[in-house]
Amino acid sequence: MAENAWILGINMTKFGKHPDKDALDLASEAALAALKDAGVTMKDIGVLAYGNLMGGSSGQMLQKQIGQTGIPVFNVANACATGATALRTVILAVKAGEVDFGLAVGVEKLSGAGLLAGGTRKEDEPTWTPHGRFGAVAAIDGRIGTETMPGVFAQIGMEYGYKYGGTSFELFARIAEKNHAHSTLNPLATYSKRMSLEEIMNDVMIAYPNTRPMCSANCDGAAAAVVVSDSKLKTLSLEQRRRAVKIAASVLTTDPWEEGCQVLPNVNTVTRNGARQAYETAGIGPEDLDLVELHDCFATAELVHYDNLMLCEPGGAVDFFNSGAPWRDGRMPVNVSGGLESKGHPIAATGIANVWEICHHLRGEAGDRQIPGAKVGLAHVIGLGSTCGIHILEKSAA
Amino acid sequence: MAAYEKFVPEIPPLHEPFWAALRQHRVELQQCRRCGQFRFVPSELCPCGSPEYSWAPIAGTGEVYTYTIVHRAPTPAYQQDAPYVIAHVTMDEGPRMISNVVGCDPSDVFIGMPVEIVFDDVTPELTLYRFRPRS
Repeated sequence: MAENAWILGINMTKFGKHPDKDALDLASEAALAALKDAGVTMKDIGVLAYGNLMGGSSGQMLQKQIGQTGIPVFNVANACATGATALRTVILAVKAGEVDFGLAVGVEKLSGAGLLAGGTRKEDEPTWTPHGRFGAVAAIDGRIGTETMPGVFAQIGMEYGYKYGGTSFELFARIAEKNHAHSTLNPLATYSKRMSLEEIMNDVMIAYPNTRPMCSANCDGAAAAVVVSDSKLKTLSLEQRRRAVKIAASVLTTDPWEEGCQVLPNVNTVTRNGARQAYETAGIGPEDLDLVELHDCFATAELVHYDNLMLCEPGGAVDFFNSGAPWRDGRMPVNVSGGLESKGHPIAATGIANVWEICHHLRGEAGDRQIPGAKVGLAHVIGLGSTCGIHILEKSAA
Repeated sequence: MAAYEKFVPEIPPLHEPFWAALRQHRVELQQCRRCGQFRFVPSELCPCGSPEYSWAPIAGTGEVYTYTIVHRAPTPAYQQDAPYVIAHVTMDEGPRMISNVVGCDPSDVFIGMPVEIVFDDVTPELTLYRFRPRS
């Protein structure tokens, strides 16, 4: 039986615009702070996994800043699930018994990035010439729907409404209103100013039904986590054991084969399968969760993931939201950090930053936004193409 | 006859039997020898994992799964046809195929519409499949 792994130290930088810092500066800041939080140094770390999806830095470059000890480095890329993948990579090494301590880092410089993905249409010329096997088929962007992220996730929300009813522009805007209200308590969020429903609905329409504040905030930021093995943790101080957070499940999934999925992403199935595995591994059900950080890259995405993570009955996401459940004082607080819409979404940092948020509450260190008595939390990300990463975390009994 | 100015597929060897059958106005897809499932577009392995397949004819009938109406076409040659329909069609044998729905007004197309394949010899070497309404 592989041994358990724990989060020993974790940190995220302030998310937002950092014109004076590059990716490496942010990654170093988060990594050093995570090591300090864990009470260990680079000399203790046996493996490093590093994510910086849009480029600009690598784990080896980070080592040159914070300590070159010759350990293996995994530079990982998995779309918006890059941070979760880096974390899971070091968890695997710890669980395999190869190392006692691992360090996972995710960082992105994304301020002012604009729309992500799609845009192949602008390369079109009046005449078409095939190039190679994959060039033999013209890109679909702008011909059959859109591949831009706002377009894809707008469709996903509209599809949910088409299937189950009850959705409206205002309903989706109310989800963003919740997250922008939550982030007023998060000093590290990109946006911490409350937005009214009217402001949200009257902002620039990006892709119906998502206006700008209903889309994830492109920002700069980094997050890092130190993972420790069960047996090593037992030898550490009471303070370290008390603040350590148990990783009850660490799951990555990709799309199973289905008719049509060669073309169309399916964020629902990939998340539902991940959630099922994570609950089974952790030996808990969604009703046992005290808080959830889910991948609200758009307000429409948050709605469908209530359902995919089984926080409600199948088809019941609209009723779940309207009941007030996912507000921070509701029965199932969702995205009390402000989520991607308000805390921000520096891509590769996100899958560690959401774990940081959960750990903060389980340690009882979340200050003004503490969810009282939180014992179990779930952090979820998805990356298109597709990957879903889920971590279930439990408060230490020490 | 004016030169054909629309997109022409570059055909990898794995796909050749599909296009050869179309030239003879037949639709043949890969059928798994282990589980019997048909698949499209061509791939080396069946989703069940088996590499063994035959090229087998399908009936050519199905239902519209979803569709879009194109008003702004990618090139001038296509613009002459606009507005036109691009549809995903679920064939009776299971696989989904993409092509135009022709032979009706674009506004008459609906999800679930019964359609059948028709053949269009666009050049001596190239035959395309499209769909038309079926009663």
